[in-house]
Amino acid sequence: MFDNPELMKAIFGRLTLEALPFHEPILVATFAVVAIGGVALVGALTYFKLWGYLWTEWFTSVDHKRIGVMYIVLALVMLLRGFADAIMMRAQQAMAFNGSEGYLPAHHFDQIFTAHGVIMIFFVAMPFVTGLMNFVVPLQIGARDVAFPFLNNFSFWMTAVGAALVMVSLFVGEFARTGWLSYPPLSNLAYSPDVGVDYYIWSLQVAGVGTLLSGVNLIATIVKMRAPGMTLMKMPVFTWTALCTNILIVAAFPVLTGVLALLSLDRYVGTNFFTNDFGGNAMMYVNLIWIWGHPEVYILILPAFGVFSEVVSTFSGKRLFGYTSMVYATVVITILSYLVWLHHFFTMGSGASVNSFFGITTMIISIPTGAKMFNWLFTMYRGRIRFEVPMLWTIAFMLTFVVGGMTGVLLAVPPADFVLHNSLFLIAHFHNVIIGGVVFGSFAGITYWFPKAFGFKLDPFWGKMSFWFWVTGFWFAFTPLYVLGLMGVTRRLRVFDDPSLQIWFVIAAFGGILIAIGIASFFVQLAVSIKNRDKLRDVTGDPWNGRTLEWSTSSPPPAYNFAFTPVIHDNDAWWDMKKRGYQRPLEGYKAIHMPSNTAAGIILAGLSGITAFALIWHIWWLVIVGFVALIGTAIGHTFNYHRSFHFPREQVVKAERERTQLLQTVRA
Amino acid sequence: MTTTTAASASLAKAKETPVFYVADEHDHPEGASTLLGFWLYLMSDCLVFAVLFATYGVLSSSYAAGPSPKELFDLPLVAVNTSMLLLSSITYGFAVLEMQKKNVNAMLFWLVVTGLFGAAFLGIELYEFAHMIHEGATPQRSAFLSSFFTLVGTHGLHVTFGIIWMITLITQVWRFGLIEANKRRLLCLSMFWHFLDVVWIGVFTFVYLMGVLR
Amino acid sequence: MKPYRIFALLPLLALLGGCNAIVLNPAGDVAMQQRDLVVISTVLMLLIIIPVMALTVFFAWRYRQSNTSAPYDPDWDHSTHLELVIWAAPLLIIICLGAITWMATHLLDPFRPIARTAPGQTVARETKPLKVEVVALDWKWLFIYPDYGIATVNEMAAPVGQPIHFRISASSVMNAFYVPALAGMIYAMPGMQTQLNAVINKPGDFKGFSTNYSGDGFSKMRFDFLAKNDADFGKWVSDIKAAGGNLGRTEYLELERPSEGVPVKKFANVDPNLFHLIVNLCVQPGKMCMHEMAAIDAKGGLGLAGADLVQRIEYDKSARRGSAPVLAKAYVASVCTTNAPMGMEMTEVQQPAPVSSTPLQGAGLPRPGTTFQSFAPRPSNS
Repeated sequence: MFDNPELMKAIFGRLTLEALPFHEPILVATFAVVAIGGVALVGALTYFKLWGYLWTEWFTSVDHKRIGVMYIVLALVMLLRGFADAIMMRAQQAMAFNGSEGYLPAHHFDQIFTAHGVIMIFFVAMPFVTGLMNFVVPLQIGARDVAFPFLNNFSFWMTAVGAALVMVSLFVGEFARTGWLSYPPLSNLAYSPDVGVDYYIWSLQVAGVGTLLSGVNLIATIVKMRAPGMTLMKMPVFTWTALCTNILIVAAFPVLTGVLALLSLDRYVGTNFFTNDFGGNAMMYVNLIWIWGHPEVYILILPAFGVFSEVVSTFSGKRLFGYTSMVYATVVITILSYLVWLHHFFTMGSGASVNSFFGITTMIISIPTGAKMFNWLFTMYRGRIRFEVPMLWTIAFMLTFVVGGMTGVLLAVPPADFVLHNSLFLIAHFHNVIIGGVVFGSFAGITYWFPKAFGFKLDPFWGKMSFWFWVTGFWFAFTPLYVLGLMGVTRRLRVFDDPSLQIWFVIAAFGGILIAIGIASFFVQLAVSIKNRDKLRDVTGDPWNGRTLEWSTSSPPPAYNFAFTPVIHDNDAWWDMKKRGYQRPLEGYKAIHMPSNTAAGIILAGLSGITAFALIWHIWWLVIVGFVALIGTAIGHTFNYHRSFHFPREQVVKAERERTQLLQTVRA
Repeated sequence: MTTTTAASASLAKAKETPVFYVADEHDHPEGASTLLGFWLYLMSDCLVFAVLFATYGVLSSSYAAGPSPKELFDLPLVAVNTSMLLLSSITYGFAVLEMQKKNVNAMLFWLVVTGLFGAAFLGIELYEFAHMIHEGATPQRSAFLSSFFTLVGTHGLHVTFGIIWMITLITQVWRFGLIEANKRRLLCLSMFWHFLDVVWIGVFTFVYLMGVLR
Repeated sequence: MKPYRIFALLPLLALLGGCNAIVLNPAGDVAMQQRDLVVISTVLMLLIIIPVMALTVFFAWRYRQSNTSAPYDPDWDHSTHLELVIWAAPLLIIICLGAITWMATHLLDPFRPIARTAPGQTVARETKPLKVEVVALDWKWLFIYPDYGIATVNEMAAPVGQPIHFRISASSVMNAFYVPALAGMIYAMPGMQTQLNAVINKPGDFKGFSTNYSGDGFSKMRFDFLAKNDADFGKWVSDIKAAGGNLGRTEYLELERPSEGVPVKKFANVDPNLFHLIVNLCVQPGKMCMHEMAAIDAKGGLGLAGADLVQRIEYDKSARRGSAPVLAKAYVASVCTTNAPMGMEMTEVQQPAPVSSTPLQGAGLPRPGTTFQSFAPRPSNS
C-alpha cells in the first residue's frame, strides 16, 4: 500500500511524512516541549477527573461569562506563542550582522513574522476584546445572557479551531511566508506553492465565521436586551464601544471572508483574480483586504477605549467627563474608519488627490480620538484617584498612546509616508498603538473585572511587577525601532550589512526580554492570586466601589446574573442605586428561564477544523466527509427544540440567601 | 456645585425611592431577537456579495483576449431563469400567507412549489455553466470569467443552501406542526429567500443586461 | 523652507547624535522636502501632545487619593466651554496639517516631474532628465539606461544635480523601490509601471533596497546608488560600454530566475524594447503583451475563438520558490499581425512634458493651457 503513490495521494492528499519538520531542530525541540506539556496537562486532567467537569461546565456551556473567560484563556495561551515568535525575531535581528546569517534561515524567519502578525491580531487581540465584551456586556445592560447563547458557544469554538490550525501548521507542514496580509502575487500558487498560505486562509476563514457570528450576537443583545430604563444614552461607555465594535465586525469581516475566498479560488481552482496574467489585478486584493483591515484596528481599539473609560471613572471616584461627546466620538470613529483604508498603500502610486483625500480623512480620526483623550483627562481632574493596577495601565495608556497617535498622523501625510512606509518606524507606530492601546486595555480590563468573574482580586504586587516590566519593556523595545526607521531600515529583514545598526537591535531585544518578564509576572500573578484567594476574597460583589450594573450582583455572578431584572435611571446605574438607597430585594424570587448547555457548538467547530485541514492538504475524500457531516450536524441540531429550561426557584432562593448572609458578615 | 448636589440628593430622598428592579417579571419570549439577528447576518452576507460585485465591476472587461459577455450570455435563457426565481419568491409569499392562516397543508404545498422553482433555477444555471465551460469559457480563461463564475456561482450556492434549508423546514413543520419556533424559522428563510431574489436582480441587471448591452 | 531647517536639526541632535539617520539627513532635494514635512508635522502635533502628556502626569499626581487638600467634585461631568476647547484644539491642528498635506502631496507627487533641483534652483525647460528604467527581479535590481543603451544589476549611478526620471516595474511579485538618500519609495509591481522623479544633490555612495517583502531573498535585495559628478558619471558609462556584454530577451529570461546576493553585473548593450516587454509581461516570445491584450479587450475580446488561445508555460521561473505548482501555469498566446511581427507593437513611450517653473497655485490643478496629460499616466493594467 505504501508503495502505491496514487493510492497514498488519494488517501493523504499532499500530506506526506516530509511535512513533519524533523530536519528543523528548533521545531523538534518546540514540539517536544509542547508534547510533554500537553501530556502532562492531559494526565493531570485525567488524574483529577476534571474532564467531565470541563466538558459540562465549560466546553458545552452557553453561559456568556464562562465563554468570555474561555476567550481570555485562549488569548493568553496564544499570546505566549505570538510572543515566542517576537522574541525569536528580535534575537535573529540582533545577531545577523557582519556576515552572520543569524540562526534562522529565511524559510523559517519568514514564517515567524507572518505567524506573529496573524496570531497577535486574530488570536490574541481579538479574543481579548471579544472575551471582555462577552463577559461584561450582558452584565452591564442587566441581561441574563446574550441573544443567541448557542451561537456564542459556537463562535468561541470556531475562533479556537482557527487558532488550533495555526498551531498545527507549526508541526505539520508550514505556515505562510507572505507577511500577515498575504498580498498576491506572492501569495498566489505560482510564488507560494506550499501549504503555508492555505493554512493562513482556512484558519482565518474558520475563525472569521466565529467572529462574525459573535458580532451579530452582541449587536442583537445590546439592541434588544437592555434592562428597562436603559436608553441608548444611558448605556455604559464600554457597552457603547462594544456596540460600535460589533457593528464594525459585521460590516468589515464579510469583506475579509470575500477576499480570502477569492484568493483561495485562485489557489484551488486556478481562477485569475489576483494573478499577473489573464487580466487579474493584485491591487484589488490590497484594496479589499485593507477595507477590512483598517476597520479591524478600530474593532480592537474601541473596546479598549471603553475599558479605560470605565476604569478612569471608577478609580477617580467621579462621573465620566463628557459622556455625550465620548459617545459621539466613538460613533464618528466608527464611521470614519471606513474612509481611510488607502493610507496603508500611498506608495502604490495613486494620484495626489486620492492620496491627500485619504491622508486627511485619516487625520480627521485623530480629532474624536483627541477629544476622548481630553475626556479621560478631565475625568481625573478633581477626582480622588486610587492607583490600583487597572488605573496604572490606564495612565500608561494615556502617555503611550498619544505618541503612537502622533506618529500615526505623521504617517498619514503621504510624502512623509513615502520615506517611512514599511520601515521599522511603521512597526514602532502600530505596536505603539496596539500594545499601548489594546494590550494595556486588555490587562486593565482583566485586572478590573477579574474579581467579578472569580470572587477575588488579583494580587496587586505581581500586577505592578507585570505593569512596570511591560511598560518599560515596551519603550525599550520600540523606541529603537523608531530610530531605526529614521535610519531607513525596512521591516521583515533577516540579515543586515550595516554594523552601526546592531546596537539598536540589541536594545530592542533587551526590551523584548523585559516584556517577557512582564508576561511571566502576569502568570505568576494569576498563580499567587489563586493561592491567596481567601486573603484577596471580595464578598460584596463591588470591590472597586464601581458605578455600573455588573457590580450590583455577586462575585462571581450566579448563572442567571440578576435575580430580578434591574431598572435603570442613570448611566452610572449602580452608583445611582447606591446613592439613592437601593435595597436588595430579599423575597419574591421566581424560577428563571435559562438556555441549556449544548455540545453542538464544539462538534460543529471540530468538524469545520477537520474540513479545513483536509482542504489544506487536498485530502478530498475527507473534505467531502467533513463537509457533509458538518451540514448534517447543523441540520440535526435544528431538530432540537428544547434549548432552554427553568432555573428552579428553590435554587435561586438558596443562592440569594447565601449572598444575603455573606453581605451581613461584611456589614458586621 | 457641592451644595447644589447635596440639595438635590436630599430632594431625591424626600421623594419616593425609585423603582430599581422589576418585581413581577414574566419569561421573555424565546427568539425575540432572532429576526433582528438574522437580518444582521443577511446584511453581512450582502457585503460578501458587495465584494463580489465590486470585483466583477473591476474585472468585467478583462477578457484576456478571450470571449466577452456578448458571445457568452444567452439572454432569453437568463430571462427564463430569472422568472423561475421571481416566481419562487411569490410562491414563498403565498406560503407565508397560509402560515398566518394556520393552513399547514396549503403552506407545505407552496413551500414545495417554491423549492421546485428554486431547483429549476439551479438546473438552468448549471446548464448555462456547463455550456460555457464546454465552449472553452472556463473560470480560468480570464479574470472576467473568474469573477462571473464566482459571483453567479456564489448566488447559486446560496440558493442550494436555501433549498436544503427548505427541505429541512418542510420536514420539521410536517413532524412538529406550526409551532412558534417553526414559524420563526419560516420567516427567517423567507427573508433569506427574498434576499437572494434581490441579489439576483442585481446580478441580472449588472452582469447579464449590461454585459450584453455594452 | 529655510527657517524650518533649524527645526530639522533639533531631532538630529537630540535623538541621533552618533548614528546615520539618513531619512533625517538625506542627499536629494525631494527627500529633503519630505524630511522637512516629517519635522513640521511632528512639531505641529507636539503642540498638543506635550500639554496632554504633562496634564496627565500633573492630574494623576495632584488628584491622588492621599492628597485630601485637592478639590473633589464627584458629580462634575460636563462643561460646554471645555468641550468646545477639547474638540477645537485638535481640529485646528488638523486643519493646518490637512492644508500642508494637500499642498505637499501634490507638490511631491512622485509622478510629477520635479520643478527644482535645489531650493531656488528651478529646472530649465530644456533640461532633459536622466531616464532610468528599474525592474525588481527575484531578488535583485535591474537598471536600464535607455539613453545610453546600457544596463546594470544591483548598482546604479546618477550625475549630481540632474533630474532623474525612473520608470519602475517588477518581474514577478510586488516590491518597493527605495533609496532613502534620494527620495521616497514607490511600489514596483508586475505588469504595471510606477514612476519616480528625483534629483541627487551630493556625490557619494548610497544604499537602495526593496521595502516590500517579496520572499526568501528579500533581505539581500540591495543595491548601490552612486551619485557622481558629470565627468565621473560619463566615465562610469563609458567603462560599461567598453566592457561589453549583451542583455537581450534570452539573457533577460535567464537573469530573471530567482537568485539572491547577486554581484554587480553590467551590460554594454540592451534590447531597446526590453523594459516595454517587461512591463507588458511578454519578454517570453510567443506570449501576448498586456497592452495588446488590453487593446483587444477594449474592442470586445476575440470571441469564442479566443477561448483556446492558451498555452502552457514552457519553463517555471518560480521553481526556486518551492515545489512544483499544483496547477500548471499558462499564458495567453500572442496573435501575429503584419505591423506587429513579434506579437507586440512598437509604441513610442510617452515623454513627460517639462514642468513650468512659475509658482504653482491651486496645487493639483493643471495650469491654464496645459492638460492633465502633462502628468504621466498612472499604473494600470495597460
